[in-house]
Amino acid sequence: MQVQVKLFAFFREGRFIKEDKELPTDTTAGQVIDDLNIDREEVGVLMLNSRHCKFDTVLQEGDIYAIFPVIGGG
Amino acid sequence: MADKIFRVNMTDLSTSIEDVPADWAGHGGRGLTSTIVAAEVPPTSHPLGPNNKLIFAPGLLSGTAAANSGRISAGAKSPLTGTIKESNSGGTSAQKLAKMGCKALIIEGQPQDDSWYSLSLTPDGVTISKEEELIGKGNFAVVESVEKRFSDKIGILSIGQGGEMLMSAANISVKDPDSHVRSLGRGGLGAVMGSKKIKFIALDAGDAKVEISDMDAFKAANKTFTKALVDHPVSQALGTYGTNVLVNIINEAGGLPTKNFTAGQFEGHEQISGETMHDLIVERGGKPKHGCHKGCVIQCSQIYNDLKGNYKTSGIEYESIWAMGADCTVDNLDQIAEMDHILDDIGIDTIETAVAFGVAMEGGVLDFGDSNEMIRIMKEEIAKGTALGRVIGNGAGSVGRTYGVTRVPVVKNQAIPAYDPRAIKGIGITYATSTQGADHTMGYTIATEILGVGGSADPLSKEGMVELSRGLQIATAAIDSTGMCLFIAFAALDDETCLPALVDMLNARFGINLTADDVTNLGMSILKTEHAFNIAAGFTNLDDRLPEFFETEPVPPHNAVWDFSGEEIDTFWNF
Repeated sequence: MQVQVKLFAFFREGRFIKEDKELPTDTTAGQVIDDLNIDREEVGVLMLNSRHCKFDTVLQEGDIYAIFPVIGGG
Repeated sequence: MADKIFRVNMTDLSTSIEDVPADWAGHGGRGLTSTIVAAEVPPTSHPLGPNNKLIFAPGLLSGTAAANSGRISAGAKSPLTGTIKESNSGGTSAQKLAKMGCKALIIEGQPQDDSWYSLSLTPDGVTISKEEELIGKGNFAVVESVEKRFSDKIGILSIGQGGEMLMSAANISVKDPDSHVRSLGRGGLGAVMGSKKIKFIALDAGDAKVEISDMDAFKAANKTFTKALVDHPVSQALGTYGTNVLVNIINEAGGLPTKNFTAGQFEGHEQISGETMHDLIVERGGKPKHGCHKGCVIQCSQIYNDLKGNYKTSGIEYESIWAMGADCTVDNLDQIAEMDHILDDIGIDTIETAVAFGVAMEGGVLDFGDSNEMIRIMKEEIAKGTALGRVIGNGAGSVGRTYGVTRVPVVKNQAIPAYDPRAIKGIGITYATSTQGADHTMGYTIATEILGVGGSADPLSKEGMVELSRGLQIATAAIDSTGMCLFIAFAALDDETCLPALVDMLNARFGINLTADDVTNLGMSILKTEHAFNIAAGFTNLDDRLPEFFETEPVPPHNAVWDFSGEEIDTFWNF
């Protein structure tokens, strides 16, 4: 299945901003993070199709998946 | 030497130094400005008349070595909202006032003639002088000239043309350590200063220092506090990307108000994002990391240079970039930085003014995305006080009324900032119930709803949002009294050593024995004092509502509407 993965802030360094990835069915949000060599401890927010999700959320064909480190402002 | 109240009467041009009344002693910053406004300003007075008062107060810890304690509060009855108002800012003024022993500066009355004045404060008191040379000048010329007259060591509070012309969006500029400016931004306090005919206030503390009751205990607590701030990952991201790191995440969440609040995502988000800004700053030899006051360990400010590598602006915030960017559909950071600089110079609030531009675009005054016309209007109309310039300079509500626009994003006539309350519902409760009109900083539910700091909450659900906003508004009122930057809240929400260390610093500074409960009670009592002022000024629960269009117009991508009932909103005040 195809999933669009988006990275933000320093997660982009040495990786990418946005990439369409071919993933096996039943891939979880957490597995994508592990495959990218991102430390789960550094993850702040995950969003799937503009809604918050968790490491164990299972991705679906056509999903847009955004991975943010811990950030803030205001 | 005990702290004093410095009082200036602009009607008879007299000054006095007074002892601090016992029931003001435990207050600082916002708690003190709101307490004084509630005690001394008739709630029904005209905000630009002689009975309103303009109060400046450093926070309880300002002027000490406490990390991030350099916030100054200004308070008055607001000409924009008609409510009580407290606006706070970084810069060097809080530290100067605290060091000279000035617990609060109260400016009252109004000159009888058309003369303009300046104030000069030292530990010995206040001098009032006539001012002619700088009238009609922008803030940057004022800072440059006043530093030449006095010294570059002094603190400066000043107004630009916006404040002189009594525009409701006018702010008060606060000199930063590099002689640039920060802003006491919201609610038109620059117009109140203009109504008192004061162009600038020079603050010279000399060698004076703040007294600490128990220095050893203070140092130990500050060490713990500083470590909590420095270690928190949000602090580290703020130092790299500034607050503008939020553009992409709020856009991703579908809550980035776009094209005058008709959509929740902006096509040009990447071009105006914190990531893009960081790369541009580094490429052009600017500074991604910069503090608005000495002692800041987060350093969310920055120095943004133009294409040629020359200084353009500093301290450009997410909310300003959102307002001039997504809300007006401008996707060019250089144009946004140029506008930020111009608005700082004229001395009007970037949020209020840019949201007013969004409404003007909808009203057909100019096209969406036309940043060149925005810049022309700022320079040729607002700075010169033409009819159009005054309509925009009086804020989003003013533009909506003038051009018959019904989609006007304001609460109590103050522009709603950078988070759509239909897609992020908790912040809507803050906008509705804040004692000061729409203001995200009054109870920053975004931390929990979007950023996952201090727990988590579904931004599209109403559940628990009133309680979330209430808890944060109470805590914020207390933090705003300490002189602390609100960004300590990220560490305070996640690190259990942070708040006790803050309380320990307060106790060591004053030789008192506050507990965490006392701090919460302080926050509650400040909110109640402010709310009581508003009720006496004629506000009711029906003013605690969002504009109608949020209930009737679904915002994409979630197609959410604002669906809190009035009764649900009103439970906010059950404490």
